[in-house]
Amino acid sequence: MLTEAELKQLTPEGVEWEMANVWINDYRAHANRRSETSQSLNIHSLRSEAIQRFTEIGFPKTHWEDWRFTNVSPIARRRFRRPAKSLPKVPAATLARLTWEAAATLVFVDGRFVPELSQRGELPEGVYCGSLAEALDRRSSLPALPKEGKDLSLWLGAQASFEMHPFVALNTAYFEDGAFLWLPKGAVIERPIHLLFLTAGSGGSGEVGKWGKESDLPVGAFPRNLIVAGESSQVRVVETYAAVGSGKKGVYLNSPVTELYAGPNAVVDHYKVQRESHEAFHMATFALRQDRSSNVSSHSISLGGGLVRNDVNALLDGEGSETILNGLYMIAGKQFVDHHMRVEHAKPHCNSHELFKGVLGGHARSIFNGLIHVRHGAQKTDAKQSNRNLLLSKDAVANSNPQLEIFADDVKCTHGSTVGQLDDDAIFYLRSRGIGAEAARSLLTYAFASDIVERIKVEPVRKDLEEFLFTALPKGEVVRQAV
Amino acid sequence: MMLEIKNLHASVEGNEILKGIDLAVGAGEVHAIMGPNGSGKSTLARVLAGQEAYEVTGGQVLLNGQDLLEMDPEVRAREGVFMAFQYPVEIPGVSNTYFLKAALNAVRKHRGLKEMDALEFLTLVRQKMKLVQMDESLLTRPVNEGFSGGEKKRNEIFHMAVLEPTLAVLDETDSGLDIDALRIVADGVNALRSKDRAFVVITHYQRLLNYIVPDRVHVLVDGRIVRSGGKELALELEEKGYTWIEQEVRSKTGNAGAAVAAVGA
Repeated sequence: MLTEAELKQLTPEGVEWEMANVWINDYRAHANRRSETSQSLNIHSLRSEAIQRFTEIGFPKTHWEDWRFTNVSPIARRRFRRPAKSLPKVPAATLARLTWEAAATLVFVDGRFVPELSQRGELPEGVYCGSLAEALDRRSSLPALPKEGKDLSLWLGAQASFEMHPFVALNTAYFEDGAFLWLPKGAVIERPIHLLFLTAGSGGSGEVGKWGKESDLPVGAFPRNLIVAGESSQVRVVETYAAVGSGKKGVYLNSPVTELYAGPNAVVDHYKVQRESHEAFHMATFALRQDRSSNVSSHSISLGGGLVRNDVNALLDGEGSETILNGLYMIAGKQFVDHHMRVEHAKPHCNSHELFKGVLGGHARSIFNGLIHVRHGAQKTDAKQSNRNLLLSKDAVANSNPQLEIFADDVKCTHGSTVGQLDDDAIFYLRSRGIGAEAARSLLTYAFASDIVERIKVEPVRKDLEEFLFTALPKGEVVRQAV
Repeated sequence: MMLEIKNLHASVEGNEILKGIDLAVGAGEVHAIMGPNGSGKSTLARVLAGQEAYEVTGGQVLLNGQDLLEMDPEVRAREGVFMAFQYPVEIPGVSNTYFLKAALNAVRKHRGLKEMDALEFLTLVRQKMKLVQMDESLLTRPVNEGFSGGEKKRNEIFHMAVLEPTLAVLDETDSGLDIDALRIVADGVNALRSKDRAFVVITHYQRLLNYIVPDRVHVLVDGRIVRSGGKELALELEEKGYTWIEQEVRSKTGNAGAAVAAVGA
């Protein structure tokens, strides 16, 4: 590895190149003497392929179409460390604030499962709900998996491709642990499963010239989740991402990947609540495949993070399946949030509905890139996509880029995107009734977001989000009274 | 005087709409303002309510001796001014009742009264709803969203009944209403008439004034009040139409008035 002084002599591109090599070499150094969580050759070769791919493509470049607006050089030019042997302590207040009564709460710190902080109630027979690393280790003790599920490595990477996604590649190579949820045929879990991912910010920023001791470097965490919902099963899963501690400060990289398979007639209600530190990098991928007549709704709530990317890839791979993808991002300051949606209709008679709303203040910036791809033969597709953005300041910028690729001739596809400000007539109407100007603006902002808030079926998640809005909006106490 | 308007001038986007309005309204009085399209009726209402798109270029408005034009719209509301909108705004996501509770409490706080709790408010709301025969389902719906034209106008009167203003400005609250809805709205207004409350009723048609009988009628033409009289003036206008009065104005003011009339035609 070059020293910091040597790196300082390089061009920015040179630094990125060298830092990519740090990731690659670190992987190789550990791979040789790794006590691999799974001895499975398959997992090992999957990881090797992933790091190989990363070696070829490096970090995303802005001349790649999918990363045109998302400059990841703040990540690419920093040095991160692996999670330490002994994980940082989680303050009781953090846990109390972020957890609620669930069928099971699995807590991960820096990407590693922490059983002492986790809780599991009674779950239906045959359900596995726990650490992925443990499951990979003790595969034989798992309940009978269908033929295609005998080897978990076949599920991993099946949905989330690292071909053109360096962060999925790094996750695949580097993941230590994550949640594994297995629902056998007909299993119904009524209360939600809560997966809580906490990451600890460090003292240092990891920028060249500021490395300091190894332990000062910011951590890079790569949680990996796998959810397999068998035929006619039903489950509600909430993923929460937050910093250890309470502050908005602390640099780290959190790059999770969640893969979901919804079997025939399965119903999955999924939530991803991102409340990372405002200095954090959050590069997430959620990839799902749906079998016939399955029904998946997924909600992406993005409130924290400094530089955030959410890739959502849905493959409707069975007739009559339905996907609902909702999202809300509410950002300010210099926050940046990018949602990259790819909804692929592979079979006939499938519906997909996407509604994403953004509220941007300060100098915040958002990207919404929504691709709907209808394959040849996917007749009677009904795909809707809508992205609405509300700009609260003149310096905020929202980009919205819908894309349709349709290779079938009997389909219904619509998309719409708007970027606008609060309606002056509505503000005046509220003021003319005695509501103050600031409260009127907040009330209308809340109303704009409430459309998404109301679709959240997990009460503690909805209440938390409402509480966030009351706190974040000026004169929130008036809003609280008026909604 | 509760409301005193002195030589009020106002413009929108550089076009002068109000060209010197003088009007005095005492407590307990109902004044009707009539006039043809484009005469400045609605502009007057909006200037009184404080809509920022309207720029006051001259004159003075006093509410109980205080400078109204200096106040923000919400302060005017808290001081007792209420405008019923000609086109009430639909506000998705904001509940009609909860929003009104926040508004009422803002008004009460300003007046040094105790804020109402949910139960007190609900009792009040139930009572006021009857005034305008509002369907209970309209309470829980978002403000004006999906309301029919008549429901929107009734909702305005309902808001007024809850907020209990001292000066109510009704901007064409009658337009677009069928006779049944008109009666309901008028009954609601009449029930709120009191010696402490003044009304400025802006209307294009005389019909409303059969139900809300005014103390004074003013005719607004081209940004000025050209004639004032008792309630019989409204009947005269109904009979003869606005053309008659416009012609009279034109003959008095000469070419400038003629040009305006031509544009109006």
